Amino acid sequence: MSPPLNDPTPAEALAGAGAAETGASSARGGSGLKPGRPGFGAGGRLGAVGAGVLGRGAIGIYLSVLVLLPIAALLAKAGHGGTAAFWREISTPQAVAAIKLTLIASVIVVAINALFGTLIAWVMVRDEFPGKRIVNALIDLPFALPTIVAGVVLLALYGKNSPLGIDITFTRAAVGMALLFVTLPFVVRSVQPVLLELDRSMEEAASSLGASQFTVFRRIVLPNLAPAIVSGIALSFARAVGEFGSIVLISGNLPFKTEVGSVYIFSQIQDENLPGAAAVSVLLLVSALVALGALTLASRRWSRHVR
Amino acid sequence: MSANAQAHPDAQAHPGARRATGGRRLILRCVALGYLALLLLLPVTMIFYRTFEHGLGAVWSAATAPNAVHAFWLSIELVAIAVPLNTIFGIGIALLLERGRFRGKALLGLLIDLPFAISPIVVGLALVLVYGRTGWFGDWLATHGIEVIFSVPGMVLATAFVSLPFVARETIPVLRELGTDAEQAAATLGANSWQTFRRITLPAIRWGVVYGVVLTTARALGEFGAVSVVSGRIEGKTLSLPLYVQDRFENFDTTGAYTAAVVLALLALATLLAMNLLTRRTRKAGAA
Repeated sequence: MSPPLNDPTPAEALAGAGAAETGASSARGGSGLKPGRPGFGAGGRLGAVGAGVLGRGAIGIYLSVLVLLPIAALLAKAGHGGTAAFWREISTPQAVAAIKLTLIASVIVVAINALFGTLIAWVMVRDEFPGKRIVNALIDLPFALPTIVAGVVLLALYGKNSPLGIDITFTRAAVGMALLFVTLPFVVRSVQPVLLELDRSMEEAASSLGASQFTVFRRIVLPNLAPAIVSGIALSFARAVGEFGSIVLISGNLPFKTEVGSVYIFSQIQDENLPGAAAVSVLLLVSALVALGALTLASRRWSRHVR
Repeated sequence: MSANAQAHPDAQAHPGARRATGGRRLILRCVALGYLALLLLLPVTMIFYRTFEHGLGAVWSAATAPNAVHAFWLSIELVAIAVPLNTIFGIGIALLLERGRFRGKALLGLLIDLPFAISPIVVGLALVLVYGRTGWFGDWLATHGIEVIFSVPGMVLATAFVSLPFVARETIPVLRELGTDAEQAAATLGANSWQTFRRITLPAIRWGVVYGVVLTTARALGEFGAVSVVSGRIEGKTLSLPLYVQDRFENFDTTGAYTAAVVLALLALATLLAMNLLTRRTRKAGAA
């Protein structure tokens, strides 16, 4: 799969393509100040173009083998029997229950993330306390931790014989908890830089004009943060809709109760019902993409409006 | 963090309001830290306690069980193939998106972000539909005796798919920041494209690339969903470390599961440390 050793790597090839396209070709440089090696004038340019084509070809093949063909096969499988078959597959009671749970849980989780994510970002930027840097670094842990480990970690505290006396295994709360864990950093990390950059003179002006702290937050801080919150929400939602690893151990995967969409797809693959698995996959993928697209667009509009 | 050094504006405007502000601030801090403790800190601490609950001996024998060792090396193997591939192609894609001009550029941008929006299970299913027994290439692969699904090559594909975007996404902003002036100057002075890349572009983007590699490695090491669809879970053969965690859990071997999970958690903490060191490094490089 990797390119033969003698061929230029795609990166090299593309560097060539980039240089050629910006108009500063090595051909012109051949007669220039200090050629690194004699005689790579016109030949060097031809080589760069060839390498560029080769690099693009390699990238094209890599992405086709890895992404394009599989996605095409997924769409083909989901659409194979036409709309009627697609509808039949996504409207079985078990599929409907799984899809509903996934979407509702994702919406709730995203709402909690918006609230607590913004709060945590605010505390990380505006507050000062010992150990803040460590806490700040730990917020990224859910990105670094394998999803299955996230599930085990939650089981260790909220599973059977929990030291807190809270056992959430095999309940819908477990699904929500797992989703909250894996999506924690999105809103925090998207709000934090905006809050850091925020010009505080606006807030100072408002409060010196007699605005209460709450008013300052609602009228000044929140509108400035809104685009960042929305884009964090978009990423959280897309992640939550497809989440699998952190949920699979703690939720028990009970059909009609705690089975989420991705677990349903997995069970259909095991039962060799590939059309059913593909149909629900496409539905989940489309809902994640639509939410991501719409919210990202809203976030961009909003930030233009504010500034 | 210079913003924090200043007193709160309220305190300056209304000295009398200072105590109330401090109180409210303390409440917000406690709520935020309490949430983080219950969701993140306590559970992660608990897993270490649970692992060592039955003594070091149990952990040691769980960690050195043949299947555990095999799972560990299989995970390393997946990382060793998928990460270099995604690094080379990630840099290539970043250069193509940032320096190239061609039709379908927006599409390529969407395509490499797809792994962020797609469920790992769906990735596994999509791979099965192409390379599985009944998939598009199933017959061809079978007649040539090539096993992809339920075997290591399929796991490599799944790992590479889910960890595809990181290097490209971390490199693109650095390339944009860098601009093309230095590259053009090098080319005018007679450097060929490889020399320009090696001497000018690569040194400038290297910390972005390294950061991307760290994220790619973490994702590749921990991938569970996509790999679990295509692996077939054959013990001692196609169980990577995350799959082994689930396998041990389902066989009621909690010490085995916790031990493997702690190994992965420690690797995640190392990743986190590397990420922090790198961001500090890039910030310093940016300031200099």
